Amino acid sequence: MAKRHFDIKAQPGFAFLAILTFAVLYLPIATLVVYAFNASDSVSIWGGFSLKWFVEAWNNSAVQDAAWRSLVIAFFAAAIATSAATMAAIATTRTEPYRGLGFKYAFINQPLMVPEIVTAVALLIVFSRLKVWTGYSGLGYLILAHTAFCIPFAYLPIRARLESMDLTLERAAADLYATPWMTFRRVTLPLLRPGIIAGFMLAFVISLDDVVITEFVKSGGQDTLPTYMLGQIRRTVTPEVNAIATAFLALSVVLVTAFFFINRQKT
Amino acid sequence: MRLGSPQTSIWVQRMPEPTGADDKRIAIEARGIVKAFGQGPSALRALDNVSVSIRENEFFTLLGPSGCGKTTLLRLIAGFEYPTEGAILLHGDDIAGLPPFKRPINTVFQSYALFPHLTVWENVAFGLQMLGKPKQEIEARVAVMLKLVHMEELAQRRTDQISGGQAQRVALARALAPSPKVLLLDEPLSALDYKLRKEMQIELKRMQNETGITFVFVTHDQEEALTMSDRIAVMSKGKVLQVGSPWDIYDKPADRFVADFIGETNFLKASVVSIDNGVARVKLASGTEIAATIAEGFQPRDNVTVVVRPEHARAVQQGGQLSGSVENVVYFGTDTHIHIKLDGGELFTVRQQNSRTQSCGFKVGDRAGIEIAPDAAQVLRD
Ligand SMILES: Nc1ncnc2c1ncn2[C@@H]1O[C@H](COP(=O)(O)OP(=O)(O)O)[C@@H](O)[C@H]1O
Ligand SMILES: [Mg+2]
Repeated sequence: MAKRHFDIKAQPGFAFLAILTFAVLYLPIATLVVYAFNASDSVSIWGGFSLKWFVEAWNNSAVQDAAWRSLVIAFFAAAIATSAATMAAIATTRTEPYRGLGFKYAFINQPLMVPEIVTAVALLIVFSRLKVWTGYSGLGYLILAHTAFCIPFAYLPIRARLESMDLTLERAAADLYATPWMTFRRVTLPLLRPGIIAGFMLAFVISLDDVVITEFVKSGGQDTLPTYMLGQIRRTVTPEVNAIATAFLALSVVLVTAFFFINRQKT
Repeated sequence: MRLGSPQTSIWVQRMPEPTGADDKRIAIEARGIVKAFGQGPSALRALDNVSVSIRENEFFTLLGPSGCGKTTLLRLIAGFEYPTEGAILLHGDDIAGLPPFKRPINTVFQSYALFPHLTVWENVAFGLQMLGKPKQEIEARVAVMLKLVHMEELAQRRTDQISGGQAQRVALARALAPSPKVLLLDEPLSALDYKLRKEMQIELKRMQNETGITFVFVTHDQEEALTMSDRIAVMSKGKVLQVGSPWDIYDKPADRFVADFIGETNFLKASVVSIDNGVARVKLASGTEIAATIAEGFQPRDNVTVVVRPEHARAVQQGGQLSGSVENVVYFGTDTHIHIKLDGGELFTVRQQNSRTQSCGFKVGDRAGIEIAPDAAQVLRD
C-alpha cells in the first residue's frame, strides 16, 4: 500500500533501529529480572525457576536493615525537601519578577548542575569534621544530604503547577475575605496538592536510588540498599542481588507510574 | 453587614429614597486616581487623573472600549492594585491602604474564577465562612442565594460540571452572599450568548433592585450600558470623559468621542456664526446655516462639529434645513434608515419609524430635504 504522507514508521530500517534501541535498553534489565528467579547459584547459568533468592534476601537481616534505612532516609529527605520546595516555589512564583530571580532559580536547582561527586566529596569533608566536633554520627547527615539533592526534583513539579494555576482564584479568595493564610490553606494548597504529591514521590525515588553521595557520607553500618548491593557485588555475586534489584525495580515502577497519573490529574 | 433571618431582612436595608438627586450618599469615591504601570517616562498611564463618585444603591456603569482602563479601576476599588496617586474612599473613609480581604466589596470576575476544587454550594458559602458566620446562618443564606440564582438543584455539582451561564449565576451568588456594600462586575455578561445575555441583564437589574447593593458594572457594550444603568461613566484612554444618566450621555454628549461611542450620530463640519443665549447659528459645508445648542466657551468663527442623532431628523419631500440626494434606503423592520448625501458632500443618516400602511416614500436617487427637530443639533468642539 503506497502511503501518500511521510511516515517515519514506513522508512526502511526503522523497525530494526527501534528493536535495537529497545534491546539495548531493556535486555540487560530483563536478564537481571530473569536470573532473579534462577534456582542455581549463578547469575549466568540457568538452573530452573525458583523464588529462593527472594526468600533468601527477605530473610537476610543485612538486607532488611539496609532496606529499612533506605526507606527511612527517603521518607524524611522527601518530606523535608518537599516542604522546602513548596515554600521556594511559592516564593519564586507569587511575586513580581525582579532582578536576581533567575539567579534564585539556578540556586535552587544547584544540585542538578554540580557534579554529584563534587558534592559528595565536599559533604564528606564537612560532615567528618562535624562528626568529630559534635560526637553525633547518626542518620541525620544522610537525611540532610539527601534532602539537599532532592529539593530541585520536588521543586520542579510544584513550580510547574503553581505557574499554570489561575491567579484570579487566589484573588477571588482574598476578595471573599480570606486572609493570605486562609487563601493559601483553602485555595492554593488544595489546588497544589497533586504537584506536592508528585514532587514528594519524585524526591522519594531519587533518594532511594542514590549511591554516590550516600557512599561518601555514610558512617560505618549505615548501608542503604544501593550501597549494600554495591558492597555485595564487590564480593561474590549471587542471584540474591538480582532479587533485590528486581524488588527495587518493581517499587520504582509503581512510584513513577503513580507520579505520572497524579501529575496528569487536573485538580 | 449583619445578616438576619432568611425570611425577613436577608438584604442590606435599602436606604430611604432621597428627595433630590444630589443629596444621595456617596458609596465609592475615586479622587484624582492615577495608575501607572512601569517606571519613568515609558510608564503606561492606565488611569490618568480619574475622579468619579458612585452613589449608594446605584447601578453605575463604567463604559468604554477595550483597554481604556475599566478593569484597572475596578481592581483598584477591590484592592488588588494600589493607586500610584489619588485616594479611594468608601463612605468617606480612605481605603487605599486596606487589603482586599478587609474591604466590604465583592467582585464578579470576568472569568468567573469559581474554585474548581469546591462544589457550587461551597463556592457560595466561601465568603460567609471566611467571615466566621455561624453554621446555621451560612446554610440559610446559601440556600437563599442559590434560590435567587435558580441553582438550588445543582448545589452539590462541581463547578467544572456546569454550563457557562450557570457558572455566571454561581459567581454572582458567591459575590452577593456576604452582602457587600458594593458589588463590582467586570463584563460579567460578555461570555454569554445573545439571548442569555438579555435575560441576565434583566436578572441583574432585578437583583440590584432587590438587594439595594451598589453595583459597579463594567462593559464595552453601549446598548447594555444604556439599558441597565442609573448612571454611566464613559471612559477612553484612562480618562473619564463624561458621567451622567443614560439620557444625559445619549442626548448631551460632552464631546465627539462620547457622541460617536454611544449610538449612531451624524457629524457635520461647521463654523460658528453667532451665539445667543446657548443657541448658535452655525454655517455648514454647503453654506447652509442652522441653529444648534452650544455650551459655554465657544467663540464666533470657531471651527466645530455639529452632531444630530439619526432619529432626531426626518426626510421630507420639500423644505427642511438641509438637502441632498438619497444614496441608500435600508429597511430594519421597526424603522428605516435613509442615507442622504448632502449637497455639501457629507453623508447624513435619517432614521424614521415605519408605518404599517405606507413605505418611507424615498428611493435611491431621489432629492430629499432633512428636517432637524428643534434643539436636536448640538455643537461639539472639533
Ligand atoms: N498589570 C499590568 N501591567 C501592565 N499594563 C497593564 C496591566 N494591567 C493593565 N494594563 C494596561 O492598562 C490598560 C488598561 O487595561 P484594562 O484596565 O484591563 O482595560 P479594560 O478593562 O478597559 O479593557 C491597557 O493598556 C493594559 O494593557
Ligand atoms: Mg477589562
